[in-house]
Amino acid sequence: MLLVDIKKKLGAFHLDVSFETGGEVLALLGPSGCGKSMTLRCIAGVERPDSGRIVLNGRVLFDSGKGIDLPPQQRRVGYLFQNYALFPHMTVVQNIAAGACRLSARERQAAVESSIRTFRLEGLERLRPRQLSGGQQQRVALARILAGSPELLLLDEPFSALDSYLRWQLELELLDTLESFPGDVVYVSHDRDEVCHLCASVCVLAEGRSEPKESVRQLMEAPRTLSAALISGCRNYSRISRLDEHTVRCEDWGVTLHTAAPVPPEAAAVGVRAHHIVPGEAAENTFVCAVERVIPGPFTAVVTLAVPGSREGALPLRMELEREKWEALGRPEKLAVHVAPEQVMPLLGGEACRI
Amino acid sequence: MDWYPLLNSLRIAVISAVIVFFAGIAAAYYIARLPRLLKGILDVVLTLPLVLPPTVVGYLLLCALGPRRFLGAWFWETFQTRLTMQWWSAVFAVTVVVFPLMYRTARGAFESFDETLAQAGKTLGLSNTYIFWRIRMPCCRQGIIAGAVLAFARAIGEYGATSMVAGYTPGRTATVATEVYQLWRIGDDALAFRWVMVNIAISAAVLLAVNLLERRQRG
Repeated sequence: MLLVDIKKKLGAFHLDVSFETGGEVLALLGPSGCGKSMTLRCIAGVERPDSGRIVLNGRVLFDSGKGIDLPPQQRRVGYLFQNYALFPHMTVVQNIAAGACRLSARERQAAVESSIRTFRLEGLERLRPRQLSGGQQQRVALARILAGSPELLLLDEPFSALDSYLRWQLELELLDTLESFPGDVVYVSHDRDEVCHLCASVCVLAEGRSEPKESVRQLMEAPRTLSAALISGCRNYSRISRLDEHTVRCEDWGVTLHTAAPVPPEAAAVGVRAHHIVPGEAAENTFVCAVERVIPGPFTAVVTLAVPGSREGALPLRMELEREKWEALGRPEKLAVHVAPEQVMPLLGGEACRI
Repeated sequence: MDWYPLLNSLRIAVISAVIVFFAGIAAAYYIARLPRLLKGILDVVLTLPLVLPPTVVGYLLLCALGPRRFLGAWFWETFQTRLTMQWWSAVFAVTVVVFPLMYRTARGAFESFDETLAQAGKTLGLSNTYIFWRIRMPCCRQGIIAGAVLAFARAIGEYGATSMVAGYTPGRTATVATEVYQLWRIGDDALAFRWVMVNIAISAAVLLAVNLLERRQRG
């Protein structure tokens, strides 16, 4: 159980984060500069919040009201830094032993030996960090953290330092590690794919503010706010006027859409995912667009569409479909497309969102 | 040839280098953590001896250590000993003159240190003392060693401030540098030349050692 409710001011930037976890892998998802790493640093104790509380398994780590601020050494919080922060002058074994510094000398040796096996570092014991590959460095860093048996694991964009082709295998390894880790995990990322693969619940952070925790599936199917929709990879969004509970006028696109989900009165926008825009006509939500550009992806085609009545300066719609399906359409200049009402996502604006 | 000036130069340089080694590291470490204004002022004050003429440093030191000045007078009353014109008086002069070399190189090394290493150490439960001596210092050792050796090399060659604070008394306060000046002044060109050669040999050896150290670090 981790409870975080902190505020911190840094110049013009205000961090205001609160969330609670209960034995799961929680993602903090947000664009760069939204305060994700700062939140982790506050939890780990290397940065001090201005006010608030941090409680881990009933232990108060920080409480500005009671004047409690445990030093990082006493928090038992494992922190995987973005660059792994391995000690460059120490060997693999020495690095892991440094993580087991709370144990007696004999226990430490046993702990190091067992984590060398767990993390498949046999043969690398005497090497220094710069002689290791990125993936090996990550394994050493994890081994070093877990050797101290922390109660909480903080992961700060663990894959950002790695080439993308390495990520898949390392994601699988990390999944194993996370599954066998008994405590809570907070996983910071700006990549929705990683979050989908590794995390159960997610807390979206936008410009320093956290949104309520939700399941990853909820975020992908029905994000609550515009910033949540954007970070979850939704590329099409428009300001709206609400006509009734299931009908909205999209101001940016100049079309009227029906929604399956009820539109709350305070909704400010709708979002439509690129692969939910489908060629062809349907009973509802059909409109004819001009094809602007076709951008080939590895196996898909990304087509940008200009909606005739759209607002000056509005971004074109982005449609994504399998390449064969696009090619079967035969390079049309105009195209009728539709969006199923179930796929139109009503979104709250929130103060962090500027359309 | 009387080797006293060489012995004296070496012991002054070693003592000063040791003092400057610890003082420079401590100053570099703590000053980096001060508020900006105070840091800027202290930085200028501590670096000033690098650019001031050594005679000015000597003058300022005499203002404090001279027999009728406050430190010198107090020391005379307490220990009946003068702070100036002793062989070890040169240590004051040399320490002040070479301090900026150690301070600035150590500061540069500390500034390029990746602070996340210290933070990682803390979250792993390592004590602050351990982090300083076993992580920060080893990671910065190249800059710190280079600073110490440079300070030592400069300490052997200090002349201006030393001659003002310790003067030149043959067999008591003479150093290689003041010996050369004295011999040249009295016209003993041959002996002055031999001392010049000794000085060049020692300084070159120190610099060669620096280069070898750097190459080994890189290799």
